[in-house]
Amino acid sequence: MTRIDAKFAALKAEGKKAFVAYVMAGDPDFDRSLELVRGLPGAGVDVIELGLPFTDPMADGPTIQLAGQRALETGMTLDRTLELARLFRQGDDETPIVMMGYYNPIYSRGVDRFLEQAKAAGIDGLIIVDLPPEEDDELCLPAQKAGLNFIRLATPTTDDKRLPKVLQNTSGFVYYVSITGITGAAEAEATDVGPEVARIKAATDLPVIVGFGINTPEKSRTIASVADGAVVGSAIVGRIGSGAPVAEVLDFVKSLADAAHSA
Amino acid sequence: MNDLFNSFMSGPDEQGRFGIFGGRFVSETLMPLILSLEEEYDRAKDDPSFWAEMEDLWTHYVGRPSPLYYAERLTQHLGGAKVYLKRDELNHTGAHKINNVLGQIILARRMGKTRIIAETGAGQHGVATATVCAKFGLKCVVYMGAHDVERQAPNVFRMRLLGAEVIPVTSGRGTLKDAMNDALRDWVTNVRDTFYCIGTVAGPHPYPAMVRDFQSIIGKEAKEQMMAAEGRLPDTIIAAIGGGSNAMGLFHPFLDDKEVRIIGVEAGGKGVNEKMEHCASLTGGRPGVLHGNRTYLLQDDDGQILEGYSISAGLDYPGIGPEHSWLHEVGRAEYVAITDAEALEAFQLCCATEGIIPALEPCHALAHVMKIVPDLPADHIICMNMCGRGDKDVQTVAKHLGFDMSDTEGRRAG
Ligand SMILES: Cc1ncc(COP(=O)(O)O)c(C=O)c1O
Repeated sequence: MTRIDAKFAALKAEGKKAFVAYVMAGDPDFDRSLELVRGLPGAGVDVIELGLPFTDPMADGPTIQLAGQRALETGMTLDRTLELARLFRQGDDETPIVMMGYYNPIYSRGVDRFLEQAKAAGIDGLIIVDLPPEEDDELCLPAQKAGLNFIRLATPTTDDKRLPKVLQNTSGFVYYVSITGITGAAEAEATDVGPEVARIKAATDLPVIVGFGINTPEKSRTIASVADGAVVGSAIVGRIGSGAPVAEVLDFVKSLADAAHSA
Repeated sequence: MNDLFNSFMSGPDEQGRFGIFGGRFVSETLMPLILSLEEEYDRAKDDPSFWAEMEDLWTHYVGRPSPLYYAERLTQHLGGAKVYLKRDELNHTGAHKINNVLGQIILARRMGKTRIIAETGAGQHGVATATVCAKFGLKCVVYMGAHDVERQAPNVFRMRLLGAEVIPVTSGRGTLKDAMNDALRDWVTNVRDTFYCIGTVAGPHPYPAMVRDFQSIIGKEAKEQMMAAEGRLPDTIIAAIGGGSNAMGLFHPFLDDKEVRIIGVEAGGKGVNEKMEHCASLTGGRPGVLHGNRTYLLQDDDGQILEGYSISAGLDYPGIGPEHSWLHEVGRAEYVAITDAEALEAFQLCCATEGIIPALEPCHALAHVMKIVPDLPADHIICMNMCGRGDKDVQTVAKHLGFDMSDTEGRRAG
């Protein structure tokens, strides 16, 4: 059982929805990023998605692109991202960390070495946007074997025929992408999302968490109410980008988390 | 001849791989689309009516077959092997790009897609896409790096004349790779009505194979034309490489003719050194994953993608088609790099000896021809792909050679 599995079991026992926050590792710089990540559990975050900066984030909108650029400009690397996770882990052995990013920095490191290092740093799961089930041999299967969850994205274009394939080697939770599009672009609508979540839940026992297009506490609550939880990324990252102090960002995160938890 | 087990022509496999290269490294949103594109392409490939439509347009709209031309004065000047040019610069829109665009747009129409998107570097692929969209009355959106919008202004205007919307890309560093990122972002957003017309043999499977198949008309014609002209195959074939589509188009029909030497020429920019002021992915990069496929990439130690540099906007891409990476590793083709300065010299020689103003991209191939020809015997035959004409580049060339185009005496700028 990973920290992710444990967390969702606990939430389920409490009858609570999950709130997941995405932040980019090293944005706006290493120290403030660490301070922010350390503050997330206190603000009510159940699962932390830690972005691994990449030069070519093809599924991300401008907000997260810029966050990645800021991080890279301050010298963020895969090693520093793992270091950030490790420092966080020293003070928190419970909150799951999911590393979210693109395959090339991991491939460049070497999959086996990366998995060893990620595990040692206290990473619990991976979301790698450009690895669909067709490429499971690359990282998904080795990751599961190494004891990390591999969380898959399901999207509005994942039809019933394809869904079993997407769910097959998924673990931890299923991340439903509420829109066809990039991060931070359109707004998720609970009326569209509800039936889709139901469709996925009929095919899996894993929790289904919804992300993309959630940007306010109200959205966080309405989307969480039709799923097992909500993810917010761009709305948080955008505040970091506009220079808000860490405490202010955490206040905003708390309002999103409280809203999801009230669903 | 096409012994399946010893053939270099049987790739890609079911996973879209050429050896370890290629594949389908895309987000889940795009995956169902890519699978349906593959299905549709497999159907079209075996449908004579698809190829009949292509051939009709190739003949009457593009002006194929393009001539195979014996470059006599160039040959005399270099004093060695006999040089033939495959004249794909004579195609409608001035480059090989339209060979592929026609295929993809016919496919898009068969799939009922009404909106076409494309990325472009030099603007040649963008112009070809805008052209074919105008012909078929399809909406066309072209993503072009903001930096390239500046250095290829005439092509930007051409695309707009043809009714396309040109979107200058400022994300990342505003170059061809960023244009491709933004095109992919558009596609993810507009999956239902949009077809992404990729301009080279890169991207997720089936693009590398599909674009290669459409461009292979170059090599098929060259083979026949060479047989007619010389009664035998060429000894060496050579082409410039950005993403590698004109090269793959020339090379593919010759892959199993093992006596034919195959050379791909990458852009060496200011020199292939650790400063990375070049775009020679095979010469100066290593395998990685970008834009849907595994291939050789310019990247740093941490797997972050680097910006390439070349005088030629059409070669300015940090990757290369996966089939080239495979041909490189199995040793069937050789890959070399040519610098900006060498390409500029070839540009001038071609103008002066043959009365052909070439695009800067094929000048890289020509520069390598200039290097090897003098040491080869007179009965050695070289076939080089003259894949584009140079109208779009005259301003860039003037600038690099220090000419002021507004000076009526044709003097160099002080
Ligand atoms: C004339 C010409 N040649 C070559 C290229 C490079 O592309 P590829 O390597 O796919 O042929 C371009 C791209 O814009 C071009 O315009």
